[in-house]
Amino acid sequence: MENENNNKKIEAYTGPGWVLTTLEMFMNWGRQRSPWPLPYGTACCGIEMMAALAAGYDMARFGAERPSFSPRQADVLIEAGTITKKMEPILKRIYEQMAEPKWVISMGACACSGGVFRTYSTVQGIDTIIPVDVYIPGCPPRPEALLQALIMILNKIGKDHPYYRFKSELEGNL
Amino acid sequence: MEIKGVAEKLLAGYIVNISERCNDIIIEVDSRNILKCLTILKNNENIAFDFLVDVVGVDNSQYLLKKDKAKKGEEPAVEAPKAPALPRYEVVYLLLSLQHNKRLIVKARVSEDNMTIDTVTSLWKAANWPEREVYDMYGIKFNGHPDMRRLLMWDEFKDYPLRKDYPLEGKGEKRALIYE
Repeated sequence: MENENNNKKIEAYTGPGWVLTTLEMFMNWGRQRSPWPLPYGTACCGIEMMAALAAGYDMARFGAERPSFSPRQADVLIEAGTITKKMEPILKRIYEQMAEPKWVISMGACACSGGVFRTYSTVQGIDTIIPVDVYIPGCPPRPEALLQALIMILNKIGKDHPYYRFKSELEGNL
Repeated sequence: MEIKGVAEKLLAGYIVNISERCNDIIIEVDSRNILKCLTILKNNENIAFDFLVDVVGVDNSQYLLKKDKAKKGEEPAVEAPKAPALPRYEVVYLLLSLQHNKRLIVKARVSEDNMTIDTVTSLWKAANWPEREVYDMYGIKFNGHPDMRRLLMWDEFKDYPLRKDYPLEGKGEKRALIYE
């Protein structure tokens, strides 16, 4: 597993009483250490997600300290379970309510592709509604798989260029 | 106590058909008499079916067709199928007597021309949601039901998805939710 980004400290010039680094490094360093999840458990994958969040696997070790039930304070949407067509607009709305930057983990066969439910009532993969960063296969996946997905998200955050992405907005504010 | 004999005596005149399969007694009655029959079965002290386990619907159209073909022993024709002799839908009531620990299945057939049947929510409140589910999936309306809305699919959904002529993967419906 690629773990370098996660273990890397801020690449910086240091001296007594000061640290010099780039703004991007600093932002990524902060974001990598607090990916607050929004637990969106709609089926049995939700049980595995609860196990991953609870003391046994303790997702808080990787910075997912506070499961945020409000989309406004969440960074990573963990979509664990089947999404029915009745639920579709609600999931979209929740995603839209999350503040940038945001990431999505699609957990389990149902969320990734509809799973065994190739029927009139089930959405055939949540990537038909919202963008997905990491897919976890399995029915349901083990908690370790969710932890790996979170670490992959962290690696992705480490490679992000938030300054260039929002250059114009940032320069207007600075 | 022999449920079959007692029920036969109580429902004399109402029973269309009575059969037994795997120790389950199945009584078929006319859909117009369903409320009367179930009231008798519930209120009689000797059998007292005081617990409604479930209400389910059945679409028999494919089943009846297959049976027809099997008789003839030939491959199904692609053209319009022959109208089945029996009404297409049935509503099945699964009853349990907690006092006597006995079970009974009561059936009523509903034809396509008149897709209604009386509600039994006045007897068992437990019938409320199962009847709504039957309405949602088959479009059978329950007369006198306190809240005859869809249960599982959203309100704007047009079709009845458990009917056999509805495609398994749907017709591409999408829910549009309007927030005020």
